[in-house]
Amino acid sequence: MADTHHEQLEHAPHSHVTGLGVYFAVFFALAIGTIVTWYASTIDLGMWNTPIALIIATIKAVLVILFFMHVIHSTRLTWVVVVASFLWLGVLFVLTFADYLTRGWAMK
Amino acid sequence: MTTATLHDVRLSGATTSRNYINDEYGALSWLLTKDHKRIAILYLLSISVLFVLGGFFAMMMRIELLTPAGDLLTSDTYNKFFTLHGVVMIFFFLIPAIPAVLGNFLLPIQLGAKDLAFPKINLLSWYLYMAAAIIGLVVIVTGGVDTGWTFYTPFSTQYSNTHVFGTTFAAFIAGFSSILTGLNFIVTIHRMRAPGLTWYRLPLFVWALYATSVVMLLATPVLAITLTMLMIERTIGVGFFDPSLGGDPLLYQHMFWFYSHPAVYIMILPAMGVASDVVAAFTRKKIFGYRFVAFSSLAIAFLGFLVWAHHMFVAGISVYSALIFAFLSFFVAVPSAIKVFNWTATLYRASVSWQTPMLYILGFIGLFTIGGVTGLFLASLGLDIHVTDTYFVVAHFHYVMVGGTVMAYLAGIHYWWPKITGRMYPEWWARLAALLVFVGFNLTFFPQFILGYLGMPRRYHAYAPEFQVLNVLSTAGASVLAVGYVLPIIYLVWSIWFGRPAGPNPWGAVGLEWTTSSPPPKENFHETPVVTWDAYDYPAMMKAMGETQNV
Amino acid sequence: MSDIAAGNEHHHHHPFLQHHFEDLGQQHEASTLGMWMFLSTEILFFGGILCAYWIYRVMYPEAWALAAHQQNALYGGINTIVLIISSLTMALAVRAAQLGSRTWQLIMLFTTLIFGSIFLVVKGIEYSMHWHEGLFPGSHFTWHEHPALAQKVQLFMCFYWGMTGLHALHMVIGAGLLLWIIGRAWRNDFGPEYYAPVEIMGLYWHFVDIVWIFLFPFLYLIHGVHHG
Repeated sequence: MADTHHEQLEHAPHSHVTGLGVYFAVFFALAIGTIVTWYASTIDLGMWNTPIALIIATIKAVLVILFFMHVIHSTRLTWVVVVASFLWLGVLFVLTFADYLTRGWAMK
Repeated sequence: MTTATLHDVRLSGATTSRNYINDEYGALSWLLTKDHKRIAILYLLSISVLFVLGGFFAMMMRIELLTPAGDLLTSDTYNKFFTLHGVVMIFFFLIPAIPAVLGNFLLPIQLGAKDLAFPKINLLSWYLYMAAAIIGLVVIVTGGVDTGWTFYTPFSTQYSNTHVFGTTFAAFIAGFSSILTGLNFIVTIHRMRAPGLTWYRLPLFVWALYATSVVMLLATPVLAITLTMLMIERTIGVGFFDPSLGGDPLLYQHMFWFYSHPAVYIMILPAMGVASDVVAAFTRKKIFGYRFVAFSSLAIAFLGFLVWAHHMFVAGISVYSALIFAFLSFFVAVPSAIKVFNWTATLYRASVSWQTPMLYILGFIGLFTIGGVTGLFLASLGLDIHVTDTYFVVAHFHYVMVGGTVMAYLAGIHYWWPKITGRMYPEWWARLAALLVFVGFNLTFFPQFILGYLGMPRRYHAYAPEFQVLNVLSTAGASVLAVGYVLPIIYLVWSIWFGRPAGPNPWGAVGLEWTTSSPPPKENFHETPVVTWDAYDYPAMMKAMGETQNV
Repeated sequence: MSDIAAGNEHHHHHPFLQHHFEDLGQQHEASTLGMWMFLSTEILFFGGILCAYWIYRVMYPEAWALAAHQQNALYGGINTIVLIISSLTMALAVRAAQLGSRTWQLIMLFTTLIFGSIFLVVKGIEYSMHWHEGLFPGSHFTWHEHPALAQKVQLFMCFYWGMTGLHALHMVIGAGLLLWIIGRAWRNDFGPEYYAPVEIMGLYWHFVDIVWIFLFPFLYLIHGVHHG
């Protein structure tokens, strides 16, 4: 069962090397997203200001996660970990807000 | 095929082959070890010391409560004692005990691996635990803390004159230790199983540790940030939960219980895992409904995150959210019940060996059921208004945590003691201790259900005179329980030098840990095992091993 | 280099293969999975204080918008771009390690460190400005516009200092880790078959960037007040 150095390389990480073009494209998308979100905050969009800021931030985060952090090429387990973490955070938000948002409700 | 290991071990007389204990000598070889087995022993020693410390605070409380008047301890001191009892027992005993002692020792071996995925991080976990424990000890000797282990604001942030910062900082560090252990376990289970060891061939103890680790990983950070915010508020003088700034003390409670409720599942899930392995071993049967039991661990881990505000029913949350949480709290009982049904079905018509681990687990099943069912009482909104903050709650959680977790921990210690030390414990002394624990436990805590229902509040050092008889019974039970806990300390230590040497598989059980020598060699297996048998499938394992077992 | 335990065969070991792993592939997967596990705890950690922030934001929208207006969005925006650049260079450093180029690893890692440091300097300038404006919560807090909302603005400031402070702490730790990785890259430790430490460094760094991606709009860009 002695592994030669060569055989060890075959058990080495199967890595996808992301192209330079992809990295730079993501970078420009992130920079543009930053400018857009700043600009959107200066104009009055009524109730849409907050959701728009959240959506832009989420898109930026997703780009970083998928491409800079290589999740798009990662194992399914990695996807599960990422999704589960945000889901759990969602539980914290939803159930805590369930209290605060219903405190003012009168009993019928 | 790994038949080499069995030939190495001499079954009579002391084990003289090289194993993880005699592999290297010297204090540094233990304190700087990366061997998961040695780290488990380090945890065993430190956790035992802290258990005794937590028990001391409990004894003082029970002695005080012999009489209705608050005559032994001042109310301030009593407040400190119940706080420290809770802090020590929860953060320094119940959360780490089964995972860090039994899990650390057994997980790699049950997986057929040489160690956990990150041995150095495992050692770091122990040092973080010790740092937290030392900070906690400094807090205790310099005046203690009196906020209750829950550190509710604004008392903890603005009014208490005790070491709130020190204690919460210690809990923060202990939480970090817990996170790293959980992280290590999850990666190990995913990436280091032996060839042939598919998920459905894993011992249920591993499934339980996996579910526990998920909870440790996702819940503990919220405690960390909550305590951080509390520490900031306490030191700077303003903060997040301060009503004078528009802050809400209830927000603290939401964030605190988001961790602390799942924390109780951190405490009980590994215990349930031990129960499965022990029931299988001492009935020589596969666990009935293996997949149901396995998935119920995951279900408990998930559902446990959805129920936290049942600790806040009378605190001021909206009645609509209380309804949601009450409903979800009923739901979370279902997977636990599934486990109890499956263990019972396994025991049905089984040929049971009545050794000590089995005695503890039988006690566990009964007492956990009582504790769990009384949890449903508390989940019911109307009833909770009556019994919340009374001794009913105290009895409920002691049934699940002591009648549950501690008894399963003792079961696991006894079950795997021959594997860990290469020695058998003295069976009759152990059975006596188990009996004393069972009787003492029930005598201590059953009266407390009645006391709570009759209205005795918790966290009070004095009480109305009509409650005295039940309190005296409870304290008497605590004394018996104390004896039951002291006995194992004595005979287990004794057995290390004088116990009967144990072979690789004294119980005739199924599991990779029973295919290697007792104690195991440093690298756990001389050759990586290949698994072809189902979990708990004794005949299949024996056939694959190609040998008949000596018991 | 070969390791002989009782009964083991010779292994021609890669110098960084740890004994308890079968091969580098398993070690790499374990490392990255481990770092992702750690990051999931960080998501919950920052997420906790973000949840608290949002509860109060929903309860006190006017005070929150007013308090955000006290921030300097220019500095915040500069810092956002600075971190995005550092994320790019970090990703390129990982790529360089995958391709075995010591030179580019060092260039990219150093650049990441420089931009991370720029972030911290700008943050320090901002903190100093806020301190002199009396916007640190506690006994130093002095703010006289809109007295009715002053206390809640102070509450916002608890979050501002708390969240950016925790973030900055993570940046400092990241900078320290970067120095360590630079040291190893200098010794030419990394190549196509072994680059996990650089990759997990990258994962940590990108995570810290993501936190800021959310903090910037939350703490600087709440609409509701006239912007200059």
